[in-house]
Amino acid sequence: MDVILWLLLLSLGLGGGALALFLWSLRAGQYDDIKGAAERVLYDD
Amino acid sequence: MSAVAVALAPAATEPATACAHCGLPAGGGQFCCAGCEAAFATIQGLGLGRYYRQRVLDRQARAPRPEAHAPRDFSRYVTTDAAGNATLTLAVDGLQCGACVWLIESVLAQEPDLLLGRVNLTTRRLRLVWRGGAARAEALVARAEALGYRLMPFDPALLAAARDRTGRALIRALAVAGFAAGNVMLMSAATWFGLTQGMGPATRALMHWVSALIALPAIAYAGMPFFRSAFAALRQRRTNMDVPISVGVILVSAMSLVESFRGGLHTYFDSAITLLFFLLLGRVLDHQARGQARATAEHLLTLRAADVAVLQPDGGTRRVAHDAVAPAARVLVGMGERVGVDGVVEDGHSTLDASLVTGESVPAAVAPGAAVFAGTLNLGPALIVRATATGARTLLAECVRLIEAAEARRGRFVVLADRVARRYAPAVHILAAATFVFWWVVMGAGVADSLLTAAAVLIITCPCALALAVPAVQVLATSRLLRAGILVKSATALERLAQVDTIVFDKTGTLTEPMPTPLAEADADAWRTAASLAAASRHPLARALHAAMPDVPAARGAEEHPGRGIALAVAGGTVRLGSRAFCDLPAAPAATTELWLARPGRAPVRFGFEERLREDAAQVVAGLRALGLAVVLASGDQAVPVRRIAALLGITDVHAACTPADKVALIERLRGGGRHVLMAGDGLNDGPSLAAAHVSVSPATAADISQTVADVVFQGARLAPVVEVLRLARRARSAMRQNLALAIGYNALMVPLAAAGLVTPWLAAIAMSSSSLLVLGNSFRLQGRARRWT
Repeated sequence: MDVILWLLLLSLGLGGGALALFLWSLRAGQYDDIKGAAERVLYDD
Repeated sequence: MSAVAVALAPAATEPATACAHCGLPAGGGQFCCAGCEAAFATIQGLGLGRYYRQRVLDRQARAPRPEAHAPRDFSRYVTTDAAGNATLTLAVDGLQCGACVWLIESVLAQEPDLLLGRVNLTTRRLRLVWRGGAARAEALVARAEALGYRLMPFDPALLAAARDRTGRALIRALAVAGFAAGNVMLMSAATWFGLTQGMGPATRALMHWVSALIALPAIAYAGMPFFRSAFAALRQRRTNMDVPISVGVILVSAMSLVESFRGGLHTYFDSAITLLFFLLLGRVLDHQARGQARATAEHLLTLRAADVAVLQPDGGTRRVAHDAVAPAARVLVGMGERVGVDGVVEDGHSTLDASLVTGESVPAAVAPGAAVFAGTLNLGPALIVRATATGARTLLAECVRLIEAAEARRGRFVVLADRVARRYAPAVHILAAATFVFWWVVMGAGVADSLLTAAAVLIITCPCALALAVPAVQVLATSRLLRAGILVKSATALERLAQVDTIVFDKTGTLTEPMPTPLAEADADAWRTAASLAAASRHPLARALHAAMPDVPAARGAEEHPGRGIALAVAGGTVRLGSRAFCDLPAAPAATTELWLARPGRAPVRFGFEERLREDAAQVVAGLRALGLAVVLASGDQAVPVRRIAALLGITDVHAACTPADKVALIERLRGGGRHVLMAGDGLNDGPSLAAAHVSVSPATAADISQTVADVVFQGARLAPVVEVLRLARRARSAMRQNLALAIGYNALMVPLAAAGLVTPWLAAIAMSSSSLLVLGNSFRLQGRARRWT
């Protein structure tokens, strides 16, 4: 049953990584201009 | 003049050409004005022509037509960092779509010293960072303004104060709670199935401990907003919805920890953290509904800060803040500048746009000796004004104070959710305490088991569906209204709108169109000539005249005499369009607003203007009656025009020649009679009554201060949004009530089970999630139905 420990650690690590990524993106202002981001993709330069 | 004059309808005729830059009628030519021509040339010259192919012009928004500006001083608003980089944030008026963002950024990118020029389409702000002094600001701003946008600087101090820290903290807490809830639920599901499939006690203990490891730090972090608010309430010896939440979450966590130590069968970590997740969802939605109001207020605050050019004894000028001007100082007001003080004109002839102060759309001519008020805009040549009142003693400041006083009288409106919470919180505590006492004393169970059962009661009754019930409806309703061009500024406005039973309308600019309409009294030839001259001017009356005949080309070589009229040299003399005096006519009192056309060798022709009802005013009044509302008309105008409009609409309760104080008195009288009054008005003179009413609506053409005060601001030429917003508000109220009933009904069903000790963690999890989802689902139903009415 050692495998359950590894799976627990793995799932927590993956989940925690996603959480850290989200908190980083929030801090970096990725959600400050959601409307603008949707339009900017149409203008390449 | 006949009582019901026939107005020429410009709506039926499509303009022959639209300006290639701003899209406004160009009267036969390619452009409507020199500014647009220059903007077009700039854009094509930089190779940015695809802007015109890719943009989507919104007819209801301000057209991107460049306006002439007096030089402005931005140094107050510029902040400079240690490295010598200057930063300026501006509100952008006239942004229409992504193409505008791209255009502004591409044009600004041509400036070599600009480090950052980025437009935020969501908040409609432009942030500029450049290397060098604050003096560069004006040139940079001018580049964007030459394209037709209007920019207003933000005060850096206000900007810092308004940064949305709470909103971000809530979202972070939501993310943490969501992560923890998901992971703890994985462990919990495993233990629940383990109970029936023979999971060993050691594995179960491991699951419980891992759950505790994830849940406890997450609860400590994500629960902070609730713990803080509950603590603050308790310290003031009050209770609020956050008190049962905090007590419940902490008690449940502590009991689950004890159970983990004891090696018990059930822990409730998943319930505690899922609860926080749902509650935070409600908080975030609620915060977003309030956020829209905040953003609008910030936009308008930028208009208040202005400085004044004071003439010095040596003939030079010095710019000082408007509240620091000494009484009797002589102030220079340039073209396109707002007057910063109340005073008397000492030198100069010009026209003032007083729409900010009076809501009157037709500019008034001023000459030496005329009284002027702070907040009016000088449309013509420079004036010298001797200040009689400055700063807080101006009429403008007086009006703002009246508004504030009226707002204070309106008192605090207790929202539905709070009214429910006041009764709910104590009831829940008593129930939980009774459960504990029952099991401990009556049934003789152990303290820990009794506490665990009481905790289960708290979990089941915890108001997560209740906390979602109102914000979810609010966010869905306000965002649906926003898409229709109706901005709901106050978070409680929807609930107040739903109670309205009486509506008081202002006349000018609210029931009638903000621009006057020319009367069809002159012959076609005179019309054509007048329209061609009018096309050369930006004066509101000239624009109204030209708008009635948009396909007439502008006269080449027409010369504007600001504040007086337009002249065109032709063979045999001069054609003039303007005031009586400008056309060399003897002075006489005018019956209505008028313009005169004088042509060599022909009799002068008069163009009268009248207010025209908004296109759908009659339907709207009928629609309001159908909703069961009493309709009242209160106007500052004289009795005759007010009664004419009232007769057209079939309104019988009419009050004419009202001062702002009269309107407030009328509203207070109605309130005294138990009425819930909706005030719809646009002028600054309506400001106090807008604030005094139960809830208020303004068109987007209204004076800035009225828009600040009003709970709801709508765009467009039609009045229909007033009915629409009332209908949706009523529907939203019934959805809120349904949600609350659902949530409370659910609890009533589950509480006996919990008190009997029959609720296990998996049952609690299902009950909690399904009631929250049910409430959310019911709210979304509102959006679906809303789409069908339009």
